[in-house]
Amino acid sequence: MTTTSPARRQKRDKLLTRRAARWLDARLGGAKYARTALGKVFPDHWSFLLGELALYAFVVLLATGVYLTFFFHPGNQIVTYHGSYAPLHGVQMSEAYRSAVELSFDVRAGLVMRQIHHWAALLFVASIVVHLMRIFFTGAFRRPREVNWMIGVLLLILAIFNGFAGYSLLDDQLSGTGLRIAYSITLSIPLAGTWLASLLFGGEFPGPDIIDRLYVIHILLLPAVIALLIGIHLFLVVRHKHTQFGGMGRTEENVVGEAVWPSFAFKSLGLMMLVAAVLAALGGLAQINPIWLYGPFDPAEVSSASQPDWYMGWLDGSLRLFPPLEIRAFGFEVPAPFFPGALLAGITFGLLFAWPSLEALFTGDRRVHHLLDRPRDRPVRTSLGVATLSFYTVLTLAASNDVIATTFGLSVNAVLLTFRALVIVLPPIAALVTYRLCNELQARDIAGGYVPPDRPRVRWELLRFWRWRAMRRASRAPSTAG
Amino acid sequence: MSDPTAPDPIPEDAARTALAKRGERLTTLSFAVSIFGALALAVVYWRGGQPQLEGIFLCLALGGLGVGMIVWARYFMPHGTDVEARHQIESTEEEIDAFREEFERGEHILTRRSLLVRMGTAAVAALGVALIFPIRSLGPRPGKGFKSTPYRKGIRLVTDDGTLIKADDVSVDGVITAFPEGHTDAADASTLLIRPNEPVQARPGRESWTPGNLVAYSKLCTHVGCPVGLYQAGVHLLLCPCHQSTFDVLDGARPIFGPAARSLPQLPIEVDGEGYIVARGDFSGPTGPGFWDRDR
Ligand code: FES
Repeated sequence: MTTTSPARRQKRDKLLTRRAARWLDARLGGAKYARTALGKVFPDHWSFLLGELALYAFVVLLATGVYLTFFFHPGNQIVTYHGSYAPLHGVQMSEAYRSAVELSFDVRAGLVMRQIHHWAALLFVASIVVHLMRIFFTGAFRRPREVNWMIGVLLLILAIFNGFAGYSLLDDQLSGTGLRIAYSITLSIPLAGTWLASLLFGGEFPGPDIIDRLYVIHILLLPAVIALLIGIHLFLVVRHKHTQFGGMGRTEENVVGEAVWPSFAFKSLGLMMLVAAVLAALGGLAQINPIWLYGPFDPAEVSSASQPDWYMGWLDGSLRLFPPLEIRAFGFEVPAPFFPGALLAGITFGLLFAWPSLEALFTGDRRVHHLLDRPRDRPVRTSLGVATLSFYTVLTLAASNDVIATTFGLSVNAVLLTFRALVIVLPPIAALVTYRLCNELQARDIAGGYVPPDRPRVRWELLRFWRWRAMRRASRAPSTAG
Repeated sequence: MSDPTAPDPIPEDAARTALAKRGERLTTLSFAVSIFGALALAVVYWRGGQPQLEGIFLCLALGGLGVGMIVWARYFMPHGTDVEARHQIESTEEEIDAFREEFERGEHILTRRSLLVRMGTAAVAALGVALIFPIRSLGPRPGKGFKSTPYRKGIRLVTDDGTLIKADDVSVDGVITAFPEGHTDAADASTLLIRPNEPVQARPGRESWTPGNLVAYSKLCTHVGCPVGLYQAGVHLLLCPCHQSTFDVLDGARPIFGPAARSLPQLPIEVDGEGYIVARGDFSGPTGPGFWDRDR
């Protein structure tokens, strides 16, 4: 069976797929390139699957999303509902909301697709965040991969935006409230805010055009940009070759792992099917965003305890925690939501973008790195990362401070004050504990005979940026003295 | 599931054969589950559809395929470590020089190069600026609309279905959401009419705005504009459900808790001869969330 008889080979070449492949190769000559692609080596580690997870969630998003566009109408004209969901009979609503409800009840497989789509969106952002954490804590963003890190951060931002745009389309009470908050945060930006809000919404809130615009943004603009960026992201991964942990013959000069074809590719495709399978089960069994319960959006109506999707939670939480601080001078003002909304988001993503350069600046390490750091070997970076994570986790939890208060019978005031204290106190504590833990783990490694890679000194003195010029002058001056 | 292209493992000993058998059984089973799921999904769909079953069967169809592929790879595909060398990513100095030479070919023919480059750059920049203008069409100039509502002197207050509101309609401890007559869809003008059971402490200059202890505030939270919906009559507090800002109704709707930093704007009202509630002008300030030139 192992040797191929000539007869069998002939039979093989008669197979249609093989003939098609030959036909294509005669025109494109792809076989040699395809062969190099199949031979690409990927190192094996569970954490390297996280990015794939995000990719496959995106595939599911595209597939289900296309289906949904066949049934959804993003209109804002007012219509009366006559569908099969009795409680809404005769209710006035926007065309967008009606088609979303009809899609859920009167289109076969519509609800399951809608729920898979929503779950996939949650997974998409979640796996991007966890993937980003992996890259951060192992130092995989260092030279030569800084550009790919920035593309990744951009993808995270776009994924969050598109998720928000997606659930805002349905024009139910919950999403209307979300849009209102987004509008107000845009409005709060000094100088540009009023113009930005007006241009984005086509006028004052609720704005006549916002649903139509969000639709185009959600189904065309952002998906195209995301797909393009994912393409570049993957191309760069291939170009740089994957990073790997050190040891067992793995060095800066090689990649040790498994060739793409056949085992890796099959397993990866299998993973895609499994991701889709889990999302299908969730979409069928776990109700998500039951818009028919929220009712159509009415700007004057009260929405009870509105909880956004998880990836917006940190912004909602920071809006709740930030003290009522407004700066007013000369008839101008900086409204309260600017700081916890626009400014925090700007700082968050700004720091993420800049991190590779910041770290290179503070460590002075600008060498090429293909070997990953173990988090414990870089205690400063690791503890800063953990502190940051704890900060955003507290903010996210704070987004449900009213739910926490009612569930545990506490006063909202006490819960709020606790969260305010936590958001300030917890990050430094988390950093200290992590730092200690890293050092202890490393000491144990050393006792066990492990030689950790040398750790660059962090040049904390650079924090005194007003002394940069003096420092540069000092470093340039020939050290004749002494 | 006998695929002629799948490489058969060489049965070296009994253990190996058993392993191969097991792999074969697992793969076959997974694909069988997948086929069952797909068929069942089709049946469910034809019978009218049912979200839970659709989810389960779609999960089986996809999951069976996925597990089958992974098991197949595990048992029947060559494993082992491959090593690939990394190559330098940077170009060498020679390559960069060669590129530069190629790129700058033809440069020496150009005379007055700097002028041409400058004009070319200017043209592209001008085109860029020109392309900004269509963006202006996206929305109106943020002017008066941000700062004013349809309320004018003499406009009567109505409920959201357009019914005129008489002063007697608001009972003690009662709340009614009101709009200016003819503008029930004006999102910035939703108003709360409240008659507290204790006298309202009028702000200076607003002594006559509360006929019969009836007070009217904007319903939009000054934080980020959620409708302030909850009136706790016992303590005279208005609560915003979004981020729990709390406003004191007796004291000019001053924020006493939460992230809102400004009082809710108050609407000057009076009761006309027929008993209807009438606005005496616009709110005491722009309603809803703040913006940079709100006070200008
Ligand atoms: S909108 Fe009312 S508290 Fe934030």
